[in-house]
Amino acid sequence: MAQHTRKGAQFQALTANRLSDGIVVYLTADDRWSESLQEAEVAEGKEAAEALLARAEPSVADNTVVEPYLFEVAKEADGIRAASVRETIRQAGPTVRLDLGKQAELPGVHS
Amino acid sequence: MYRYDEFDHQLVNERVAQFSGQVARRLSGELTEDEFKPLRLMNGVYLQLHAYMLRIAVPYGTLSSKQMRMLAHIGRKYDRGYGHFTTRQNLQFNWPALKDVPDILKDLASVEMHCIQTSGNCIRNVTSDQYAGAAKSEIEDPRIVSEIIRQWSTFHPEFSFLPRKFKIAVTGTPDDRAAIRVHDIGIQIVQDDKQNIGYEIYVGGGLGRTPMIGKKIADFVPKEDLLAYLEAIMRVYNMYGRRDNIYKARIKILVHEIGVEEMKRQVEAEFAEVRKAGTLHLPEEEVARIEAYFQAPAYESLPDESTELNKAVLADRDFANWVKSNVAQHRVPGYAIVNISLKPIGGTPGDCSSDQMDAVADIAEKYSFDELRVTHEQNLTLAHVRKKDLHAVYEALKKHDLATANINLITDQIACPGLDYCALANARSIPLAQEISRRFADIERQHEIGELKINTSGCINACGHHHVGHIGILGVDKKGVEYYQVTLGGAADEKTAIGDIVGRAFTEDEIVDAIETIVTTYIGKRNEGERFIDTYRRIGVEPFKESLYETH
Ligand code: HEM
Ligand code: SF4
Repeated sequence: MAQHTRKGAQFQALTANRLSDGIVVYLTADDRWSESLQEAEVAEGKEAAEALLARAEPSVADNTVVEPYLFEVAKEADGIRAASVRETIRQAGPTVRLDLGKQAELPGVHS
Repeated sequence: MYRYDEFDHQLVNERVAQFSGQVARRLSGELTEDEFKPLRLMNGVYLQLHAYMLRIAVPYGTLSSKQMRMLAHIGRKYDRGYGHFTTRQNLQFNWPALKDVPDILKDLASVEMHCIQTSGNCIRNVTSDQYAGAAKSEIEDPRIVSEIIRQWSTFHPEFSFLPRKFKIAVTGTPDDRAAIRVHDIGIQIVQDDKQNIGYEIYVGGGLGRTPMIGKKIADFVPKEDLLAYLEAIMRVYNMYGRRDNIYKARIKILVHEIGVEEMKRQVEAEFAEVRKAGTLHLPEEEVARIEAYFQAPAYESLPDESTELNKAVLADRDFANWVKSNVAQHRVPGYAIVNISLKPIGGTPGDCSSDQMDAVADIAEKYSFDELRVTHEQNLTLAHVRKKDLHAVYEALKKHDLATANINLITDQIACPGLDYCALANARSIPLAQEISRRFADIERQHEIGELKINTSGCINACGHHHVGHIGILGVDKKGVEYYQVTLGGAADEKTAIGDIVGRAFTEDEIVDAIETIVTTYIGKRNEGERFIDTYRRIGVEPFKESLYETH
């Protein structure tokens, strides 16, 4: 599986795509898959991150999601922010066609 | 146009039923992702950053109005009201849900369409000249050969599990609009001095990580032997192609490693075997049957000059510009070929909304024998329009933002989906193309600059053909930041060339200015009437290097 995080990253969250429609989702503290990054559980440090990744397994086994992986985030005053351009785009939709979908619903993420 | 025969109908319906069953079993959990992934890839379904993506085959780029309307319908019902035409003349939808895919495939099958041969390690959908049947210097309609190859390769058991995907392109004119020299096999239709039609064969072209220009291995394969010859190439490839390393598994690497002479020798030896067996000899009746599908439409006999057209050109400057860049000569007097640009200023190259699809379907029905073409440069073509109807067609297109007068000009760019959609991307492509488009929006200036092709890819897979852009832009990732590497002097026509890297990569903030500098340098150095690519061939990369980097 592709690596989308950084060695030594302090904060990481867990993402996947939902099986039925491919939509990007994040694992929450109470083991739900949310479409909002703001609801994601953020793990601090390597061990917590590994434990978070392990919690994806049941959802892969019961075919809720596919391709789960960890990625780096930052915790900021206005919420959780993805560290890379790639994960920002996954979170907030393409940076084009700003009239549609998540791009339209989450103004301010793609400045 | 080609119509399915019963055999095709049955195959496609069986395939839809089979894949629908597989999707149902995946959703219910009977199939795991590992089991399902190769099956979905055989049916054109990819998983992208945000959603699934469905790639629909448009064989050799020809569509009926009815088929286009179905694509519009699918875009509206199952997607977000738009689709994306690709450099392989196919259509991609960016947002279908997996659970809807069986219904989409059923809708497609109702108009004889499907997603077969659009992904996986098979012989992919054959691509061809968008001017097929209409081009002035055409020797034979390339869709005949394309269709023969399609019938031979679809579901050919030996070709479903090749070392890698395999791409074939065909052109019937000496000026190549199908980029045949960057395909695994390129076929140039030729004629000998006795007027017999045959095929010049190029092999081992490709882009991606290791760009290569196809090498000619046959000057004249007679018509009846074409499939035997292609089968011979496939056998050599299947025998030697490297399955252990995906980067080396393409035929271009094989040809590069054993050399063109050895490749030729091996193919000739296999060819003799295949021919002896005789099963792939193409019977004349069969060829005639397929030729009949591509019979010329019922042209009217018209004077070549149209007074209506001449008047409109004088009266309407915007229309005159459009005629200059978007209209090409037709082989029949009184007719013209119309190119519909899918590159409006600031738009996404190749994107087309469902409403626009319906509009072009109506225009094609009314003015171009009910038929449309998709081009590998991500535009559409109306192949047979009466010259006297050109102004009406222009006005109808304009209402739907489809009359941008920029074919082959600097804003007629190719761009892959890049990091906005693609899971493999390093950098974004579309916003860059949009910025460049806005910078050069002035149509008079574009015409002044002349023919110039900018191609952008978001990673080394080169879906955006950056290696063969006159100006090529490749997105690279440096520690999570997008950078853009520029190549100059590429071309995908009959003088195919891979571009030269000009120097260190540019940031997102620098790249549009860098393009401007390249253009200004060209304008300063060009001889009168000289195209960018010809100036580049004459003066080389140095002057561009100087102007790009000396001030930085
Ligand atoms: C967004 C989903 C896409 C994915 C995941 C994807 C993936 C790939 C990959 C992995 C390759 C390299 C294959 C190899 O080296 O053998 C490739 C090549 C290519 N793709 Fe795509 N692609 C996508 C979209 C597109 C689009 C939208 C176009 C047209 C604009 C396109 C046109 C091509 C072409 C022409 C090549 C051939 C390059 C060559 O000759 O080696 N692809 N693609
Ligand atoms: S070139 Fe790379 S980024 Fe662009 S579509 Fe192809 S795989 Fe994706």
